[in-house]
Amino acid sequence: MLDTMFFYMFALLAVAGAILTITMRSAVHCAISLIASLAGVAGLYLLQKAEFLFAVQLVLYIGGIMVLFLFVIMLVNLDSAAKERQFHRRWAGGAVAAVLAGASALWLLSKGAPSFGSPVAQAAPSPDGNVEQLADLLFRQYLVPFELASLLLLVAIVGSVLMAKKRTS
Amino acid sequence: METVISHPLFVPLLLALCIIAFAPLAVAGTVLLERKVLADIQVRLGPMRVGPHGVLQTIADAIKMLLKEDIIPDDSNKGMFKFAPVISFFTAAICLTVVPFSERLRVADTNVGLLVVSAMSAVGILGIILGGWSSNSHYSLLGSLRSAAQLVSYEVALGLALISGVMAAGSLSMVEIVRQQQARGIWFVFDNYGLMILPFVIYFISSVAETNRAPFDLPEAESELVAGYHTEYSGFRWGIYMLAEYLNMFVVGSVAITLFLGGWLRPFPNVAWLEIPMNYGVPVLFFGLSGLWCLPASRKLPSAIHKAGLVFIGLCLILVAAVFAIPVANAALSAPFWFFFKLATFLYVLIWMRGTFPRYRYDQLMDIGWKRMIPLGLAAILLNALVGILRT
Amino acid sequence: MPTSFIPTAADLLRLSPDIVLTAGGALMMVIEPLTGAARKARMAAIAVLLIAAAMALSVMAYSDPGTSFSGMLVVDGFSTFFRILVYGCGLLTVLMSVDYFKRERGSESGEYYALIVFSLVGQSLMASANELVLLFIGLEISSIAGYIMAGYLRDDKRNNESALKYFLLGSFATAFMLYGVAWIYGLTGSTNLDTVRRAILGGAMEQSGQMLMIATALMFVGFAFKISAAPFHVWAPDVYQGAPAPVAAFLSAGAKAAAFAMLVRVAASAFFPLSAKWEMLLWATALATMIVGNFAALRQSNIKRMLAYSSVAHAGYILVAVTAHSEVGIAAVMFYLASYVLMTIGVFAVVTLVASKGERFVEIDDFSGLVQRQPMLAIALTIFLFSLIGIPLTGGFFAKFYVFKAALDSNLTWLTILGLLNSAAAAFYYLRVLVVMYMKPAAEGAGPVDPAGIGIKAAIVASAVGTLYLGVYPSAVLDFAGKAAQLVK
Repeated sequence: MLDTMFFYMFALLAVAGAILTITMRSAVHCAISLIASLAGVAGLYLLQKAEFLFAVQLVLYIGGIMVLFLFVIMLVNLDSAAKERQFHRRWAGGAVAAVLAGASALWLLSKGAPSFGSPVAQAAPSPDGNVEQLADLLFRQYLVPFELASLLLLVAIVGSVLMAKKRTS
Repeated sequence: METVISHPLFVPLLLALCIIAFAPLAVAGTVLLERKVLADIQVRLGPMRVGPHGVLQTIADAIKMLLKEDIIPDDSNKGMFKFAPVISFFTAAICLTVVPFSERLRVADTNVGLLVVSAMSAVGILGIILGGWSSNSHYSLLGSLRSAAQLVSYEVALGLALISGVMAAGSLSMVEIVRQQQARGIWFVFDNYGLMILPFVIYFISSVAETNRAPFDLPEAESELVAGYHTEYSGFRWGIYMLAEYLNMFVVGSVAITLFLGGWLRPFPNVAWLEIPMNYGVPVLFFGLSGLWCLPASRKLPSAIHKAGLVFIGLCLILVAAVFAIPVANAALSAPFWFFFKLATFLYVLIWMRGTFPRYRYDQLMDIGWKRMIPLGLAAILLNALVGILRT
Repeated sequence: MPTSFIPTAADLLRLSPDIVLTAGGALMMVIEPLTGAARKARMAAIAVLLIAAAMALSVMAYSDPGTSFSGMLVVDGFSTFFRILVYGCGLLTVLMSVDYFKRERGSESGEYYALIVFSLVGQSLMASANELVLLFIGLEISSIAGYIMAGYLRDDKRNNESALKYFLLGSFATAFMLYGVAWIYGLTGSTNLDTVRRAILGGAMEQSGQMLMIATALMFVGFAFKISAAPFHVWAPDVYQGAPAPVAAFLSAGAKAAAFAMLVRVAASAFFPLSAKWEMLLWATALATMIVGNFAALRQSNIKRMLAYSSVAHAGYILVAVTAHSEVGIAAVMFYLASYVLMTIGVFAVVTLVASKGERFVEIDDFSGLVQRQPMLAIALTIFLFSLIGIPLTGGFFAKFYVFKAALDSNLTWLTILGLLNSAAAAFYYLRVLVVMYMKPAAEGAGPVDPAGIGIKAAIVASAVGTLYLGVYPSAVLDFAGKAAQLVK
């Protein structure tokens, strides 16, 4: 009961935050809405007993990424953007496409609804904590992707330094 | 009544209430201590007017703050302006809930306690940024940006230092970390043949930066920024920011103590014969001697009320010492005593540093963070991981 | 689940090409600032050595095929073929880049070669991953390196435009794919391709057929973007036109080959049970891609843009073979990509040379009279263009032949007919370049083409020889492809 209530609360936060992120005018407000949305997702993780993901979501997304977002938004003057037309002229076409995609997704979901909660999709609950289980998966089965993720980050760092470094000439 | 006390949520709820109730008082005490210690370092007297030797100064300040007019700048973003201090205080207070003051005396023991602390301190940055931005003032904005940059940078080093400790304990639960130190009979700071001192030092330096304190107090550099991100704040809202800052000091201190300094454990937890002198002797002597000192010291005070007051305090301290001599009470109280003793020492060191070190320049701050602390933190993880594997 | 942290020797051998490239690339980043500006050519040499070592190691690893790291990675004929293909593509790109950057910037820089090496790691993972998570990481490594390389000349506006468009659209497409992977995991409880296949065969299909459709459709959007299939091809012309010519070659050859490897492996292993449902989608995409690519290419005057559309059209031909859903089809895909990579790199290498400093001469008319100005270059370009058209004695001919043969074997008669009509239409725009090159006198402003450096010469010669070899003796490569095409044992 309490779980259900919390689920709807967090889900509402996540969805409303996401909608506000793309509809608000001021960039700072958008960023704050995004933070709310991410916090809602973090709450959903917590409800799923994925405490590690919950904490990491807060540390990385809210504490790291969004703070830097806000940082950049505040340093760069975005006032002019707030005065411009917010939506593309062809928003009608976009709306139709969105509605069509949404309707087809809903239709498929309603047809596939019986498969929700199918046994294959449920991970076995572990006697150890979520963190230990995750560590086991990451460092044993998913060792290669885990290590290669660092290469991915390295490439991204090289790229951003390359793009941002001072011009030598 | 029995069922209420034995309910699993009784101690946590009571303690949570106590934290909320006593945290402001503890902060008031710390502020007073800070002013007095700084004054002593700078060879002056510090606050002397309110109460004997100014002991009631911070209480008076708090009352003044509560009674002040609530000023909100006209051009500010009102909702955000009101909300930002709340974020800061809220996150700091949540961090305290996962800290175990003793084996039983704790609000919550989650298996990711340490992560909750990092997560909440990360969210706490938002309070500062939003506060600075919503004030719509250049000083505030610059202060908050400085602060955010500093916090984000040092958060990395802090996290790296924490990892070494977590590796030694094999758990993220704050209670379990202390239990591991108990089982090993050593504070983690001295573990791995002394190699853990490196992450501890990194943690300590980063935590000073995390709490925006001297010598890393650039966000509040008065000479440059008036007062940093809370320039436009006054009255109660400013008070909440102050409260959050000091609570954050308590939090980083508590984490340092839990992770590296043995939490509620006494010094030398592996030496059995030190049990009596450490758990009985130190608190009894500490409270007893300070109580006894109060009695002759009261004679120097000018008025009769002051004299009576100091004698009363002295007698209370002696009473506390007597309580510590009772075995039943001692078993329950010695652990929190050690915890708070260490916390007080930690706070004293922070104040001491504020009194002695000059402020760093901004680029020096970033250099220390990115070019020293983070590589060192990585090296510390590698070293401690290797040594940890070799030992088992 | 394995209980040990310590990988076995076989595990390491099967991953060794990637390990060597990763470590070598990181090492290059370290020694880059320590090398003087005059000696940066050394970085290219290191990259060449690394790639050659990786090639040798992937051949060695093939002597003992199998999966490693608990089914993460699979070394079989298919993955080895594509590993060597993308490494070869990287090698040729490095060779042609040396002179290019010396010309454009006056100096070279080591990060570029490190990025190529890193990108190759990603592409080789895309070819050998047997796990959707690893596949995604490989794709991201390759793509991010690609975004950066596309904008490598930071001061050039076209480079910036190219990089930004590629980055924005590419990340958007990757998000679709990742979302699809998440769905697959939710529906089958695994991201391992074999396990997914078993789950689909074992009842996930009946239980949640519609949801599987959504998942595969989402993943297909991501794949289609990476192989620049219509309607997800719109980025390709802008990106290839704006990017430095060697980078455009790398993106349109290596990145595309790896993306096809990924698509084929996923379609032929995990989603093979769904092939009947995929067929219509692939059929339509293949046709649309061919038509859009060819007819848009007809109208281009910029050669890089024309080549971009032509690479879209070629993706369409390859998709025809993918639609066939048979081992013959997979073999045809492999052979097609081998010859496609060679001719694309070759043609871009020639364009690199002719374009000269600042890429001034990239209009088709700038090729006028090339046969008088640089006869050897003109002959090389002729070979590549013939191959792109699909004229016998070049690799392109057999590539198209096998693709349409595979399609006919799978009773895709209409698709075959439409494809053949398309390739006839395609001949027009390639021939136009040939006509300009041979029949028109050199334009006023067109000076002599800069003398080619040793690297780019080697790249052109190697591509031309390879193209002709595939056209004359296709059997060696085709036999290997035929054997390697059996993806699921």
